[in-house]
Amino acid sequence: MTKELSERVKNIKPSGIRKFFDLVSEMEDVISLGVGEPDFDTPWHIRDEAVYALEKGKTFYTSNSGLKALREEISNYIKRTQGLYYNPDDEIIVTVGGSEAIDAGIRALVNDGDEVIIPQPSYVSYEPCTIFANAKPVIINLKSENNFKLTSEQLQSVITPKTKILILPYPNNPTGAVMEKDDLERIADTIIKNDIYVISDEIYSELTYKGEHTSIISLKGMKERTILINGFSKAYAMTGWRLGYACAPNQIIKQMNKIHQYAIMCAPTISQYAAIEALKNGDDDIKQMRQSYNQRRRFLLNAFKEMNLPCFEPLGAFYVFPCIKEFNMTSEEFAEKFLKEKKVALIPGSAFGASGEGFLRISYAYSIDNLKTATERLKSFITELRGLR
Amino acid sequence: MREELLTIIENNCRIGLKDLAVMLGTTEETILNEMETLEKEGVICGYHTLIDWEKTSIEKVTALIEVRVTPQRGQGFDKIAERIYNYPEVRSVYLISGGFDLLVILEEKSLREIANFVSDKLSTLDSVLSTGTHFILKKYKDYGTVLSKKREDEREIISP
Repeated sequence: MTKELSERVKNIKPSGIRKFFDLVSEMEDVISLGVGEPDFDTPWHIRDEAVYALEKGKTFYTSNSGLKALREEISNYIKRTQGLYYNPDDEIIVTVGGSEAIDAGIRALVNDGDEVIIPQPSYVSYEPCTIFANAKPVIINLKSENNFKLTSEQLQSVITPKTKILILPYPNNPTGAVMEKDDLERIADTIIKNDIYVISDEIYSELTYKGEHTSIISLKGMKERTILINGFSKAYAMTGWRLGYACAPNQIIKQMNKIHQYAIMCAPTISQYAAIEALKNGDDDIKQMRQSYNQRRRFLLNAFKEMNLPCFEPLGAFYVFPCIKEFNMTSEEFAEKFLKEKKVALIPGSAFGASGEGFLRISYAYSIDNLKTATERLKSFITELRGLR
Repeated sequence: MREELLTIIENNCRIGLKDLAVMLGTTEETILNEMETLEKEGVICGYHTLIDWEKTSIEKVTALIEVRVTPQRGQGFDKIAERIYNYPEVRSVYLISGGFDLLVILEEKSLREIANFVSDKLSTLDSVLSTGTHFILKKYKDYGTVLSKKREDEREIISP
């Protein structure tokens, strides 16, 4: 074939993580702290429900927006956690992971050239999805001195007449930052004043370690302009089930449903049955996993403190984001050298945006024993680096 | 904190005091005091090791014995239970609801020793009405731990 492939797609760089993945896969006996998914198995009662659904032959398509019973459970869940009501009939859509909801959400809202504000460091898909939708990504570089929270000054400074969407990725991957209620209140006015839509990616909402998660939808004037995205991957350790959802005003869900209907048809049926069980009887599982993550979080923070590695206290997700600027290396160089010399894989902060440069994403979705070995290696690595200076 | 502490050490009692303090966001002294209190209260009854004897060359035979007994006036089942659990080869004694009264778990070096225990010691007790002995052929899972195979981390080594 001689005809050129899509310029728009060709111009998108492959994920920085991919590059690192290739490097790691050539090595043996690597301890990884680079995984963005829970180490727990999906709780058995949830898996059992899927097995039961299979046995009963629940192997057909569901309605485009997902099983009614599941949408009702999602509606109940948001009611009991955030106190707000979404109509299961036309304000909720079940998607293939939170990722599909992000893509469909952006596509449903933008026209050519509209601007989408993306605070970084953040999950790798917002920027490409914006470009795929022929909109323009506008990056906000979050600052470690603000604990990687979004401030209204930063937000205000990038707003133009073309601004359409703000992506709000909290609790944050890769930094572990959260936006607490008062943080959200500080940006809400700016959002409303400039009439911007919000895509709030709250996939880590169940994993916060100081008080309950507050969703921006609970603030006055926000629900009607927000697409709330959540899913089952992180809270219930269900990554491979590929199941997420979006909640938004009816007129937005209606558009998203068209994209979803023609691109996807419906989310996996078996997964949807399992998810009903998760929402009905999974609160205790979440509690136990959260407790366990919190123990590891404290363990890592203490280990960094002991090796004098600066790190702000992350209050959400399962990542810590220590600063390595003192070593005068890019985070990619650091991660690569560390991998080669000490056989521990972690992800350079720059993979999540330019403002992640000088930081590392370390996942604590690992057992304490694993974390212990890895932090000992990190300690010896940075001691050697410091000795060289 | 108490529940969280117990949950951790129930699965790993070798975890260091310092690590426990860090993980629970408290001081070593607090943990130490709490553990002492828990021991005094009899909440913590011991720090044992889970051993899969099948993987060693040492022979062990385990049997579950269902025992039906006549409860004694004023003492219920406690007296007879004590009579049984005093034998060192008896690993566990539980009072059970349903078709029988006591479940006795016995560990011995051979089948014959178990047979001897049941016929000579257990059945001859006055209040024992009948026994039913089940031998354990293979232990798949014990105390929440799967013995047969190790759990592997099957996740991709790096993911966003």
